[in-house]
Amino acid sequence: MDKRILISGNEGLAESAVLAGLDAYFGYPITPQNEIPAYMSKRMPELGRVFVQSESELAAINMVFGASATGKRTMTSSSSPGISLMQEGISYLAAAELPSVIVNVMRGGPGLGNIAPSQADYFQATRGGGHGDYRTIVLGPSSVQELVDCMPLAFDLADLYRIPVVVLADGILGQMMEPVVFGKKPARKLPAKDWALTGAKDRPQNIVRSLWLKEGAVEQHNYDLQAKYRQIEKNEVLCEQYALEDAEIVVVAYGIAARIVRSAVNKARQQGIKAGWIRPVTLWPFPTEHIRKAANDFKVFLAVELSCGQMLEDVKLAVAGACPVLFYGRPGGGVPTVEQVLEKIRQLTVRSQKVPV
Amino acid sequence: MKTVFKRTPTIKDCPTHYCPGCGHGIAHRLVAEVIDELGIHGRTIGIAPVGCAVLAYDYLDVDMVEVAHGRAPAVATGMKRTNPDKIIFSYQGDGDLAAIGTGEIIHAAHRAERITVIFINNAVFGMTGGQMAPTTMLGQVTATTQQGRNPDTDGYPLQVCELLAVLPGAIYIQRCALSSPAQIRNAKKAVKHAFELQVEGAKGLALVELLSPCPTYWRMTPVKAMEWIDNEMTKVFPLGRFK
Repeated sequence: MDKRILISGNEGLAESAVLAGLDAYFGYPITPQNEIPAYMSKRMPELGRVFVQSESELAAINMVFGASATGKRTMTSSSSPGISLMQEGISYLAAAELPSVIVNVMRGGPGLGNIAPSQADYFQATRGGGHGDYRTIVLGPSSVQELVDCMPLAFDLADLYRIPVVVLADGILGQMMEPVVFGKKPARKLPAKDWALTGAKDRPQNIVRSLWLKEGAVEQHNYDLQAKYRQIEKNEVLCEQYALEDAEIVVVAYGIAARIVRSAVNKARQQGIKAGWIRPVTLWPFPTEHIRKAANDFKVFLAVELSCGQMLEDVKLAVAGACPVLFYGRPGGGVPTVEQVLEKIRQLTVRSQKVPV
Repeated sequence: MKTVFKRTPTIKDCPTHYCPGCGHGIAHRLVAEVIDELGIHGRTIGIAPVGCAVLAYDYLDVDMVEVAHGRAPAVATGMKRTNPDKIIFSYQGDGDLAAIGTGEIIHAAHRAERITVIFINNAVFGMTGGQMAPTTMLGQVTATTQQGRNPDTDGYPLQVCELLAVLPGAIYIQRCALSSPAQIRNAKKAVKHAFELQVEGAKGLALVELLSPCPTYWRMTPVKAMEWIDNEMTKVFPLGRFK
Protein backbone atom coordinates (compact mmCIF):
# COMPACT_ATOMS: atom_id res chain seq x y z
CA MET A 1 0.00 0.00 0.00
CA ASP A 2 1.77 3.17 -1.08
CA LYS A 3 -1.16 5.36 -1.97
CA ARG A 4 -3.15 7.65 0.24
CA ILE A 5 -6.28 6.15 1.77
CA LEU A 6 -8.90 7.43 4.19
CA ILE A 7 -8.91 5.35 7.37
CA SER A 8 -9.75 5.69 11.05
CA GLY A 9 -6.99 5.88 13.63
CA ASN A 10 -7.97 2.56 15.18
CA GLU A 11 -7.98 0.67 11.87
CA GLY A 12 -4.93 2.55 10.65
CA LEU A 13 -2.81 1.60 13.64
CA ALA A 14 -4.03 -1.98 13.37
CA GLU A 15 -2.98 -2.28 9.72
CA SER A 16 0.29 -0.56 10.47
CA ALA A 17 1.04 -3.08 13.23
CA VAL A 18 0.29 -5.90 10.80
CA LEU A 19 2.69 -4.38 8.27
CA ALA A 20 5.31 -4.04 11.02
CA GLY A 21 5.37 -7.81 11.42
CA LEU A 22 2.90 -8.35 14.24
CA ASP A 23 2.73 -12.09 15.02
CA ALA A 24 -0.09 -12.05 17.55
CA TYR A 25 -2.80 -9.69 18.79
CA PHE A 26 -4.68 -10.27 22.05
CA GLY A 27 -7.48 -8.03 23.29
CA TYR A 28 -10.77 -7.56 25.07
CA PRO A 29 -13.58 -5.29 23.86
CA ILE A 30 -13.83 -1.76 25.22
CA THR A 31 -14.97 1.50 23.65
CA PRO A 32 -13.53 3.62 21.96
CA GLN A 33 -11.01 1.13 20.50
CA ASN A 34 -13.27 -1.71 19.35
CA GLU A 35 -12.32 -1.23 15.70
CA ILE A 36 -8.83 -2.54 16.53
CA PRO A 37 -9.77 -6.08 17.65
CA ALA A 38 -12.49 -6.21 14.97
CA TYR A 39 -9.92 -5.38 12.27
CA MET A 40 -7.37 -7.80 13.73
CA SER A 41 -9.91 -10.63 13.93
CA LYS A 42 -10.27 -10.48 10.16
CA ARG A 43 -6.77 -9.49 9.08
CA MET A 44 -4.56 -11.69 11.28
CA PRO A 45 -6.13 -15.07 10.38
CA GLU A 46 -5.98 -14.08 6.68
CA LEU A 47 -2.21 -13.95 7.09
CA GLY A 48 -2.01 -17.11 9.20
CA ARG A 49 -1.20 -15.05 12.28
CA VAL A 50 -2.76 -15.11 15.74
CA PHE A 51 -5.84 -13.25 17.00
CA VAL A 52 -7.40 -14.16 20.35
CA GLN A 53 -10.25 -12.37 22.07
CA SER A 54 -9.36 -12.86 25.72
CA GLU A 55 -11.73 -13.21 28.67
CA SER A 56 -10.33 -10.07 30.33
CA GLU A 57 -7.62 -7.46 30.06
CA LEU A 58 -5.71 -9.43 32.71
CA ALA A 59 -5.65 -12.39 30.37
CA ALA A 60 -4.89 -10.27 27.29
CA ILE A 61 -1.74 -8.72 28.75
CA ASN A 62 -0.59 -12.13 29.99
CA MET A 63 -1.15 -13.64 26.55
CA VAL A 64 1.09 -10.84 25.28
CA PHE A 65 3.58 -11.86 28.01
CA GLY A 66 3.52 -15.47 26.79
CA ALA A 67 3.89 -14.68 23.10
CA SER A 68 6.64 -12.16 23.80
CA ALA A 69 8.54 -14.62 26.00
CA THR A 70 8.85 -16.88 22.96
CA GLY A 71 10.28 -14.00 20.90
CA LYS A 72 7.20 -13.04 18.89
CA ARG A 73 6.06 -9.53 17.95
CA THR A 74 2.89 -9.02 19.91
CA MET A 75 0.52 -6.33 21.10
CA THR A 76 -2.72 -5.56 22.84
CA SER A 77 -4.99 -2.55 22.84
CA SER A 78 -7.57 -1.21 25.23
CA SER A 79 -8.94 1.97 26.73
CA SER A 80 -8.39 3.53 30.13
CA PRO A 81 -10.30 1.17 32.51
CA GLY A 82 -8.91 -1.84 30.65
CA ILE A 83 -5.40 -0.43 30.75
CA SER A 84 -5.74 -0.13 34.53
CA LEU A 85 -6.42 -3.85 34.66
CA MET A 86 -3.29 -4.51 32.60
CA GLN A 87 -0.95 -2.72 34.97
CA GLU A 88 0.07 -5.87 36.85
CA GLY A 89 1.06 -7.48 33.57
CA ILE A 90 2.91 -4.38 32.36
CA SER A 91 4.97 -4.37 35.57
CA TYR A 92 5.90 -8.02 34.93
CA LEU A 93 6.71 -7.25 31.27
CA ALA A 94 8.98 -4.42 32.39
CA ALA A 95 10.65 -6.60 35.05
CA ALA A 96 11.16 -9.56 32.72
CA GLU A 97 12.26 -7.15 29.95
CA LEU A 98 9.82 -8.49 27.39
CA PRO A 99 9.24 -6.42 24.24
CA SER A 100 5.58 -5.56 23.84
CA VAL A 101 3.30 -2.83 22.50
CA ILE A 102 0.23 -1.62 24.38
CA VAL A 103 -2.15 0.84 22.73
CA ASN A 104 -4.30 2.96 25.05
CA VAL A 105 -7.11 4.82 23.27
CA MET A 106 -7.88 6.99 26.28
CA ARG A 107 -11.40 7.80 27.47
CA GLY A 108 -12.82 9.86 30.30
CA GLY A 109 -12.22 8.71 33.87
CA PRO A 110 -11.78 8.02 36.72
CA GLY A 111 -13.80 4.82 37.14
CA LEU A 112 -15.98 3.84 34.25
CA GLY A 113 -16.02 7.53 33.32
CA ASN A 114 -17.39 7.84 29.81
CA ILE A 115 -16.40 6.95 26.27
CA ALA A 116 -15.36 10.46 25.26
CA PRO A 117 -11.75 11.41 24.43
CA SER A 118 -9.37 12.17 27.27
CA GLN A 119 -5.69 12.50 28.14
CA ALA A 120 -6.11 11.63 31.80
CA ASP A 121 -3.93 8.49 31.74
CA TYR A 122 -0.70 10.47 31.28
CA PHE A 123 0.47 9.89 34.85
CA GLN A 124 -0.30 6.18 34.63
CA ALA A 125 1.52 5.79 31.31
CA THR A 126 4.61 7.90 32.00
CA ARG A 127 5.24 6.87 35.60
CA GLY A 128 5.20 3.14 34.94
CA GLY A 129 1.63 2.54 36.04
CA GLY A 130 2.06 -0.68 38.00
CA HIS A 131 4.15 -1.52 41.05
CA GLY A 132 7.90 -1.11 41.21
CA ASP A 133 10.51 1.25 39.80
CA TYR A 134 10.08 0.99 36.06
CA ARG A 135 9.31 2.97 32.96
CA THR A 136 7.64 2.27 29.68
CA ILE A 137 8.41 4.17 26.50
CA VAL A 138 5.31 6.28 25.77
CA LEU A 139 4.51 7.63 22.30
CA GLY A 140 1.93 10.42 21.90
CA PRO A 141 0.90 10.70 18.24
CA SER A 142 -1.32 13.60 17.21
CA SER A 143 -2.69 12.54 13.81
CA VAL A 144 -3.87 9.35 12.18
CA GLN A 145 -0.78 9.42 9.97
CA GLU A 146 1.43 9.71 13.01
CA LEU A 147 -0.49 6.96 14.78
CA VAL A 148 0.18 4.76 11.76
CA ASP A 149 3.85 5.74 11.60
CA CYS A 150 4.49 5.18 15.30
CA MET A 151 3.55 1.48 15.23
CA PRO A 152 6.70 0.20 13.46
CA LEU A 153 8.72 2.55 15.69
CA ALA A 154 6.99 1.16 18.78
CA PHE A 155 7.84 -2.44 17.83
CA ASP A 156 11.44 -1.52 17.01
CA LEU A 157 11.94 0.33 20.30
CA ALA A 158 10.33 -2.56 22.20
CA ASP A 159 12.70 -5.08 20.61
CA LEU A 160 15.77 -2.86 20.80
CA TYR A 161 15.42 -2.05 24.49
CA ARG A 162 13.40 -5.11 25.58
CA ILE A 163 10.74 -2.88 27.07
CA PRO A 164 6.96 -2.40 26.93
CA VAL A 165 6.03 0.54 24.68
CA VAL A 166 2.75 2.36 25.26
CA VAL A 167 1.05 4.17 22.37
CA LEU A 168 -1.06 6.82 24.05
CA ALA A 169 -3.91 7.84 21.76
CA ASP A 170 -7.38 9.09 22.64
CA GLY A 171 -10.97 8.66 21.55
CA ILE A 172 -10.74 11.30 18.84
CA LEU A 173 -7.56 9.93 17.26
CA GLY A 174 -8.93 6.40 17.39
CA GLN A 175 -12.26 7.26 15.84
CA MET A 176 -11.54 10.01 13.32
CA MET A 177 -10.64 9.30 9.71
CA GLU A 178 -7.77 11.03 7.95
CA PRO A 179 -5.87 10.43 4.73
CA VAL A 180 -2.90 8.19 5.41
CA VAL A 181 0.04 6.70 3.54
CA PHE A 182 1.21 3.33 4.79
CA GLY A 183 4.63 1.93 4.21
CA LYS A 184 6.92 3.28 6.91
CA LYS A 185 9.09 0.26 7.57
CA PRO A 186 10.70 -0.79 10.82
CA ALA A 187 14.16 0.70 10.46
CA ARG A 188 16.29 -0.19 13.47
CA LYS A 189 19.01 -2.78 13.52
CA LEU A 190 17.74 -5.15 16.16
CA PRO A 191 19.58 -7.62 18.37
CA ALA A 192 18.86 -11.35 18.12
CA LYS A 193 16.37 -12.63 20.68
CA ASP A 194 18.70 -15.24 22.13
CA TRP A 195 16.90 -14.94 25.47
CA ALA A 196 13.59 -16.18 24.05
CA LEU A 197 11.95 -19.43 25.12
CA THR A 198 12.07 -21.68 22.08
CA GLY A 199 12.84 -25.04 23.69
CA ALA A 200 16.27 -25.83 25.14
CA LYS A 201 17.45 -27.82 22.12
CA ASP A 202 21.24 -27.97 21.91
CA ARG A 203 21.66 -25.03 24.28
CA PRO A 204 21.32 -24.38 28.02
CA GLN A 205 17.91 -23.64 29.49
CA ASN A 206 16.51 -20.11 29.04
CA ILE A 207 14.50 -18.63 31.90
CA VAL A 208 12.24 -15.56 31.75
CA ARG A 209 11.58 -14.32 35.26
CA SER A 210 10.98 -11.36 37.52
CA LEU A 211 11.79 -12.96 40.89
CA TRP A 212 15.31 -12.86 42.29
CA LEU A 213 15.51 -13.96 45.91
CA LYS A 214 19.28 -13.72 46.36
CA GLU A 215 20.18 -10.75 48.53
CA GLY A 216 20.97 -7.70 46.44
CA ALA A 217 19.81 -9.28 43.17
CA VAL A 218 16.65 -7.21 42.74
CA GLU A 219 18.55 -4.09 43.73
CA GLN A 220 21.09 -4.84 40.99
CA HIS A 221 18.30 -5.62 38.52
CA ASN A 222 16.82 -2.21 39.26
CA TYR A 223 20.17 -0.51 38.62
CA ASP A 224 20.42 -2.38 35.31
CA LEU A 225 16.91 -1.27 34.35
CA GLN A 226 17.72 2.31 35.31
CA ALA A 227 20.89 2.25 33.18
CA LYS A 228 18.73 1.15 30.25
CA TYR A 229 16.25 3.94 30.96
CA ARG A 230 19.06 6.52 30.95
CA GLN A 231 20.12 5.24 27.51
CA ILE A 232 16.56 5.64 26.26
CA GLU A 233 16.37 9.17 27.68
CA LYS A 234 19.61 9.97 25.88
CA ASN A 235 18.73 8.44 22.52
CA GLU A 236 15.01 8.40 21.92
CA VAL A 237 13.45 11.78 22.76
CA LEU A 238 11.17 13.04 19.99
CA CYS A 239 9.76 16.55 20.03
CA GLU A 240 8.39 19.15 17.63
CA GLN A 241 8.59 22.88 18.16
CA TYR A 242 7.37 25.97 16.35
CA ALA A 243 8.21 29.68 16.43
CA LEU A 244 10.05 29.61 19.73
CA GLU A 245 12.71 32.19 18.80
CA ASP A 246 10.62 35.26 19.48
CA ALA A 247 7.77 33.60 21.37
CA GLU A 248 6.64 35.22 24.58
CA ILE A 249 4.07 32.51 25.16
CA VAL A 250 5.04 28.87 24.64
CA VAL A 251 2.17 26.42 24.59
CA VAL A 252 3.04 22.79 25.36
CA ALA A 253 0.61 20.08 24.29
CA TYR A 254 0.72 16.51 22.97
CA GLY A 255 -1.62 14.26 21.02
CA ILE A 256 -4.96 15.63 19.94
CA ALA A 257 -4.57 18.68 22.20
CA ALA A 258 -1.53 19.67 20.13
CA ARG A 259 -3.71 19.84 17.02
CA ILE A 260 -5.98 22.35 18.73
CA VAL A 261 -3.00 24.29 20.08
CA ARG A 262 -1.43 24.52 16.63
CA SER A 263 -4.53 26.21 15.24
CA ALA A 264 -4.82 28.50 18.25
CA VAL A 265 -1.16 29.57 18.01
CA ASN A 266 -1.54 30.26 14.27
CA LYS A 267 -4.54 32.49 15.01
CA ALA A 268 -2.66 34.22 17.81
CA ARG A 269 0.22 34.96 15.41
CA GLN A 270 -2.27 36.42 12.93
CA GLN A 271 -3.38 38.73 15.73
CA GLY A 272 0.18 39.80 16.41
CA ILE A 273 0.67 37.73 19.57
CA LYS A 274 4.13 36.23 19.83
CA ALA A 275 3.18 32.62 20.57
CA GLY A 276 4.89 29.33 19.78
CA TRP A 277 4.47 25.71 20.71
CA ILE A 278 6.35 22.63 21.81
CA ARG A 279 4.87 19.21 21.15
CA PRO A 280 6.34 16.24 23.03
CA VAL A 281 6.09 13.21 20.72
CA THR A 282 7.70 10.85 23.20
CA LEU A 283 5.97 11.44 26.54
CA TRP A 284 8.53 9.24 28.22
CA PRO A 285 11.32 9.98 27.66
CA PHE A 286 9.99 13.53 28.05
CA PRO A 287 11.68 16.34 26.03
CA THR A 288 12.92 17.96 29.21
CA GLU A 289 15.98 19.53 27.57
CA HIS A 290 13.99 21.05 24.71
CA ILE A 291 11.68 22.73 27.18
CA ARG A 292 14.49 23.78 29.53
CA LYS A 293 16.33 25.45 26.64
CA ALA A 294 13.20 27.34 25.63
CA ALA A 295 12.43 28.60 29.13
CA ASN A 296 13.75 32.02 30.11
CA ASP A 297 12.77 35.23 31.86
CA PHE A 298 10.92 36.61 28.87
CA LYS A 299 8.47 33.75 28.44
CA VAL A 300 5.31 32.31 29.91
CA PHE A 301 4.56 28.61 29.40
CA LEU A 302 1.06 27.22 29.02
CA ALA A 303 0.32 23.50 29.19
CA VAL A 304 -2.88 22.43 27.44
CA GLU A 305 -4.31 18.96 28.03
CA LEU A 306 -7.55 17.00 28.02
CA SER A 307 -7.15 16.49 31.75
CA CYS A 308 -6.83 18.50 34.97
CA GLY A 309 -3.08 18.91 34.44
CA GLN A 310 -0.75 15.92 34.32
CA MET A 311 1.90 16.64 31.67
CA LEU A 312 1.85 20.05 33.35
CA GLU A 313 4.04 18.56 36.11
CA ASP A 314 6.70 17.43 33.63
CA VAL A 315 6.67 20.88 32.03
CA LYS A 316 7.16 22.47 35.44
CA LEU A 317 10.01 20.08 36.25
CA ALA A 318 11.65 20.97 32.93
CA VAL A 319 11.15 24.71 33.27
CA ALA A 320 12.48 24.45 36.84
CA GLY A 321 11.22 27.86 37.90
CA ALA A 322 12.80 29.76 35.00
CA CYS A 323 9.42 31.26 34.08
CA PRO A 324 5.74 30.89 35.01
CA VAL A 325 3.94 27.72 33.86
CA LEU A 326 0.17 27.95 33.58
CA PHE A 327 -2.44 25.43 32.65
CA TYR A 328 -5.56 25.13 30.61
CA GLY A 329 -7.43 21.89 30.20
CA ARG A 330 -10.76 20.15 30.34
CA PRO A 331 -11.24 16.74 31.99
CA GLY A 332 -13.73 13.92 31.60
CA GLY A 333 -14.38 14.14 27.88
CA GLY A 334 -14.35 17.91 27.57
CA VAL A 335 -12.40 19.04 24.49
CA PRO A 336 -11.08 22.62 24.43
CA THR A 337 -11.98 24.57 21.30
CA VAL A 338 -9.43 26.58 19.30
CA GLU A 339 -11.20 29.74 20.50
CA GLN A 340 -10.94 28.72 24.16
CA VAL A 341 -7.20 28.07 23.86
CA LEU A 342 -6.75 31.31 21.91
CA GLU A 343 -8.61 33.22 24.61
CA LYS A 344 -6.33 31.70 27.23
CA ILE A 345 -3.27 32.79 25.20
CA ARG A 346 -4.69 36.32 24.94
CA GLN A 347 -5.24 36.46 28.69
CA LEU A 348 -1.63 35.39 29.24
CA THR A 349 -0.42 38.13 26.91
CA VAL A 350 -1.94 40.65 29.25
CA ARG A 351 -0.71 38.80 32.31
CA SER A 352 2.86 38.40 31.03
CA GLN A 353 3.10 42.14 30.68
CA LYS A 354 1.85 42.69 34.22
CA VAL A 355 3.54 39.97 36.18
CA PRO A 356 7.22 40.52 36.85
CA VAL A 357 9.13 37.26 36.61
CA MET B 1 25.70 -53.75 39.94
CA LYS B 2 22.39 -53.37 38.15
CA THR B 3 20.96 -49.86 38.01
CA VAL B 4 17.31 -49.99 39.08
CA PHE B 5 16.63 -46.26 39.32
CA LYS B 6 18.39 -43.15 38.11
CA ARG B 7 17.74 -39.46 37.90
CA THR B 8 16.04 -38.52 34.65
CA PRO B 9 18.09 -35.86 32.78
CA THR B 10 15.40 -33.16 32.86
CA ILE B 11 15.56 -33.07 36.68
CA LYS B 12 18.61 -31.07 37.74
CA ASP B 13 21.03 -32.66 40.17
CA CYS B 14 20.58 -30.22 43.04
CA PRO B 15 18.87 -29.95 46.43
CA THR B 16 15.43 -28.31 46.41
CA HIS B 17 13.99 -25.69 48.76
CA TYR B 18 10.93 -27.83 49.46
CA CYS B 19 10.11 -28.94 53.03
CA PRO B 20 10.66 -32.55 54.11
CA GLY B 21 7.73 -34.69 52.97
CA CYS B 22 6.50 -32.17 50.38
CA GLY B 23 4.90 -33.55 47.23
CA HIS B 24 6.39 -31.06 44.78
CA GLY B 25 9.60 -33.05 44.39
CA ILE B 26 7.63 -36.13 43.35
CA ALA B 27 5.46 -34.13 40.96
CA HIS B 28 8.52 -32.46 39.39
CA ARG B 29 10.12 -35.85 38.86
CA LEU B 30 7.01 -37.23 37.16
CA VAL B 31 6.88 -34.26 34.79
CA ALA B 32 10.60 -34.56 34.02
CA GLU B 33 10.40 -38.32 33.41
CA VAL B 34 7.47 -37.87 31.06
CA ILE B 35 9.29 -35.12 29.12
CA ASP B 36 12.31 -37.40 28.71
CA GLU B 37 10.29 -40.51 27.88
CA LEU B 38 8.36 -38.64 25.19
CA GLY B 39 11.58 -37.13 23.81
CA ILE B 40 10.17 -33.58 23.87
CA HIS B 41 12.81 -31.88 26.01
CA GLY B 42 14.06 -29.67 23.17
CA ARG B 43 10.63 -28.28 22.34
CA THR B 44 8.99 -27.99 25.74
CA ILE B 45 8.33 -24.69 27.52
CA GLY B 46 7.17 -24.76 31.13
CA ILE B 47 5.34 -22.13 33.16
CA ALA B 48 6.06 -21.76 36.87
CA PRO B 49 3.34 -20.35 39.13
CA VAL B 50 3.43 -18.03 42.10
CA GLY B 51 3.52 -20.31 45.11
CA CYS B 52 5.95 -22.88 46.49
CA ALA B 53 6.81 -24.04 42.95
CA VAL B 54 7.77 -20.55 41.74
CA LEU B 55 11.38 -21.74 41.43
CA ALA B 56 10.45 -24.86 39.43
CA TYR B 57 12.91 -23.71 36.75
CA ASP B 58 15.71 -24.30 39.24
CA TYR B 59 14.84 -28.01 39.18
CA LEU B 60 13.33 -28.66 35.75
CA ASP B 61 15.94 -28.26 33.01
CA VAL B 62 13.65 -26.98 30.23
CA ASP B 63 12.97 -23.45 28.97
CA MET B 64 10.71 -21.88 31.57
CA VAL B 65 8.93 -18.68 32.43
CA GLU B 66 7.71 -17.46 35.79
CA VAL B 67 4.46 -15.53 35.59
CA ALA B 68 2.05 -13.44 37.64
CA HIS B 69 -0.10 -15.22 40.22
CA GLY B 70 -2.80 -17.28 38.51
CA ARG B 71 -2.13 -16.10 34.96
CA ALA B 72 -0.29 -19.17 33.71
CA PRO B 73 -3.12 -20.41 31.45
CA ALA B 74 -3.26 -16.99 29.72
CA VAL B 75 0.53 -16.99 29.29
CA ALA B 76 0.30 -20.56 27.98
CA THR B 77 -2.33 -19.40 25.49
CA GLY B 78 -0.01 -16.70 24.16
CA MET B 79 2.81 -19.25 23.85
CA LYS B 80 0.89 -22.10 22.28
CA ARG B 81 -1.05 -20.00 19.78
CA THR B 82 2.19 -18.50 18.46
CA ASN B 83 4.16 -21.76 18.73
CA PRO B 84 1.82 -24.63 17.86
CA ASP B 85 4.81 -26.97 17.40
CA LYS B 86 6.03 -26.45 20.98
CA ILE B 87 4.81 -28.37 24.04
CA ILE B 88 3.52 -25.92 26.62
CA PHE B 89 2.74 -26.90 30.18
CA SER B 90 1.81 -24.94 33.27
CA TYR B 91 2.52 -26.17 36.78
CA GLN B 92 0.20 -24.51 39.27
CA GLY B 93 -0.79 -24.81 42.89
CA ASP B 94 -4.28 -24.50 44.35
CA GLY B 95 -3.93 -20.83 45.32
CA ASP B 96 -2.62 -20.02 41.87
CA LEU B 97 -5.08 -22.05 39.82
CA ALA B 98 -8.17 -22.33 42.01
CA ALA B 99 -8.21 -18.92 43.75
CA ILE B 100 -6.69 -15.99 41.89
CA GLY B 101 -6.43 -17.80 38.55
CA THR B 102 -9.86 -19.42 38.38
CA GLY B 103 -10.91 -17.19 35.51
CA GLU B 104 -7.81 -17.99 33.47
CA ILE B 105 -8.02 -21.80 33.83
CA ILE B 106 -11.75 -21.89 33.06
CA HIS B 107 -11.37 -19.75 29.96
CA ALA B 108 -8.27 -21.57 28.72
CA ALA B 109 -10.28 -24.80 28.95
CA HIS B 110 -13.32 -23.06 27.48
CA ARG B 111 -11.27 -21.97 24.44
CA ALA B 112 -9.88 -25.52 24.14
CA GLU B 113 -6.30 -24.33 24.40
CA ARG B 114 -4.00 -27.21 23.48
CA ILE B 115 -1.95 -27.10 26.65
CA THR B 116 -1.11 -29.39 29.56
CA VAL B 117 -1.81 -28.29 33.12
CA ILE B 118 -0.33 -29.96 36.20
CA PHE B 119 -2.42 -28.84 39.16
CA ILE B 120 -1.03 -29.44 42.65
CA ASN B 121 -3.75 -29.55 45.31
CA ASN B 122 -2.36 -29.55 48.84
CA ALA B 123 -5.41 -27.88 50.41
CA VAL B 124 -3.43 -24.88 51.62
CA PHE B 125 -1.39 -21.84 50.58
CA GLY B 126 2.14 -23.04 51.28
CA MET B 127 4.52 -20.26 50.35
CA THR B 128 2.75 -17.49 52.24
CA GLY B 129 2.49 -19.45 55.48
CA GLY B 130 -0.37 -21.93 55.38
CA GLN B 131 -3.46 -19.84 54.76
CA MET B 132 -6.82 -21.22 53.60
CA ALA B 133 -6.97 -22.18 49.93
CA PRO B 134 -10.21 -22.70 47.99
CA THR B 135 -9.37 -26.41 48.31
CA THR B 136 -8.98 -26.36 52.12
CA MET B 137 -11.08 -29.07 53.77
CA LEU B 138 -14.04 -28.23 56.01
CA GLY B 139 -12.82 -28.03 59.58
CA GLN B 140 -9.17 -27.79 58.49
CA VAL B 141 -7.15 -25.42 60.65
CA THR B 142 -5.03 -22.95 58.69
CA ALA B 143 -3.44 -19.57 59.40
CA THR B 144 -6.66 -17.86 58.27
CA THR B 145 -9.17 -20.47 59.50
CA GLN B 146 -7.91 -20.83 63.03
CA GLN B 147 -11.16 -22.37 64.26
CA GLY B 148 -11.23 -24.69 61.27
CA ARG B 149 -12.78 -23.93 57.87
CA ASN B 150 -16.42 -23.03 58.44
CA PRO B 151 -18.68 -23.30 55.38
CA ASP B 152 -20.97 -20.55 56.70
CA THR B 153 -18.19 -17.98 56.44
CA ASP B 154 -15.42 -19.59 54.38
CA GLY B 155 -17.31 -21.54 51.73
CA TYR B 156 -16.73 -25.13 50.60
CA PRO B 157 -13.70 -26.90 49.10
CA LEU B 158 -13.54 -26.12 45.38
CA GLN B 159 -13.51 -29.21 43.17
CA VAL B 160 -11.60 -28.12 40.09
CA CYS B 161 -11.78 -31.36 38.08
CA GLU B 162 -15.54 -31.59 38.49
CA LEU B 163 -15.85 -27.92 37.48
CA LEU B 164 -13.71 -28.19 34.34
CA ALA B 165 -14.99 -31.56 33.16
CA VAL B 166 -18.28 -30.03 31.96
CA LEU B 167 -16.47 -27.76 29.46
CA PRO B 168 -16.30 -29.07 25.88
CA GLY B 169 -12.80 -27.62 25.49
CA ALA B 170 -11.38 -29.75 28.32
CA ILE B 171 -10.46 -33.08 26.75
CA TYR B 172 -8.72 -34.89 29.57
CA ILE B 173 -9.33 -34.29 33.27
CA GLN B 174 -7.97 -36.65 35.90
CA ARG B 175 -7.32 -36.51 39.64
CA CYS B 176 -4.54 -38.60 41.19
CA ALA B 177 -2.75 -38.68 44.53
CA LEU B 178 0.92 -38.66 45.48
CA SER B 179 0.23 -40.70 48.61
CA SER B 180 1.87 -44.09 47.91
CA PRO B 181 4.09 -45.77 45.31
CA ALA B 182 1.01 -47.30 43.66
CA GLN B 183 -0.78 -43.94 43.50
CA ILE B 184 2.36 -42.24 42.21
CA ARG B 185 2.60 -44.79 39.40
CA ASN B 186 -1.01 -43.98 38.47
CA ALA B 187 -0.20 -40.29 38.61
CA LYS B 188 2.73 -40.83 36.24
CA LYS B 189 0.43 -42.49 33.70
CA ALA B 190 -2.00 -39.57 33.93
CA VAL B 191 0.74 -36.95 33.56
CA LYS B 192 2.11 -38.84 30.58
CA HIS B 193 -1.29 -39.02 28.92
CA ALA B 194 -1.83 -35.30 29.46
CA PHE B 195 1.44 -34.58 27.61
CA GLU B 196 0.85 -37.23 24.94
CA LEU B 197 -2.44 -35.62 23.96
CA GLN B 198 -0.66 -32.34 23.27
CA VAL B 199 2.13 -34.10 21.35
CA GLU B 200 -0.56 -35.75 19.21
CA GLY B 201 -2.19 -32.37 18.57
CA ALA B 202 -5.41 -33.18 20.41
CA LYS B 203 -7.80 -30.24 20.31
CA GLY B 204 -8.23 -29.19 23.89
CA LEU B 205 -6.88 -28.74 27.38
CA ALA B 206 -5.57 -31.62 29.49
CA LEU B 207 -5.34 -31.22 33.27
CA VAL B 208 -4.07 -33.59 35.94
CA GLU B 209 -4.82 -32.70 39.54
CA LEU B 210 -2.38 -34.20 42.03
CA LEU B 211 -3.38 -34.42 45.69
CA SER B 212 -0.10 -33.59 47.31
CA PRO B 213 1.11 -33.62 50.94
CA CYS B 214 2.05 -30.46 52.84
CA PRO B 215 3.23 -31.83 56.22
CA THR B 216 4.50 -28.40 57.31
CA TYR B 217 1.15 -26.63 57.15
CA TRP B 218 -0.97 -29.64 57.88
CA ARG B 219 1.07 -29.94 61.11
CA MET B 220 1.65 -33.64 60.48
CA THR B 221 4.52 -36.01 60.00
CA PRO B 222 5.14 -36.89 56.33
CA VAL B 223 3.71 -40.37 56.93
CA LYS B 224 0.56 -38.99 58.57
CA ALA B 225 0.20 -36.52 55.72
CA MET B 226 0.17 -39.36 53.17
CA GLU B 227 -2.48 -41.14 55.24
CA TRP B 228 -4.56 -37.95 55.46
CA ILE B 229 -4.65 -37.73 51.65
CA ASP B 230 -5.96 -41.30 51.40
CA ASN B 231 -8.33 -41.16 54.38
CA GLU B 232 -9.67 -37.61 54.27
CA MET B 233 -8.85 -35.65 51.11
CA THR B 234 -10.06 -38.33 48.71
CA LYS B 235 -13.52 -38.16 50.33
CA VAL B 236 -13.90 -34.58 49.06
CA PHE B 237 -11.59 -34.93 46.08
CA PRO B 238 -12.33 -38.41 44.71
CA LEU B 239 -9.63 -39.91 42.50
CA GLY B 240 -10.32 -40.89 38.94
CA ARG B 241 -10.86 -39.72 35.42
CA PHE B 242 -13.54 -37.08 35.01
CA LYS B 243 -13.16 -36.80 31.25
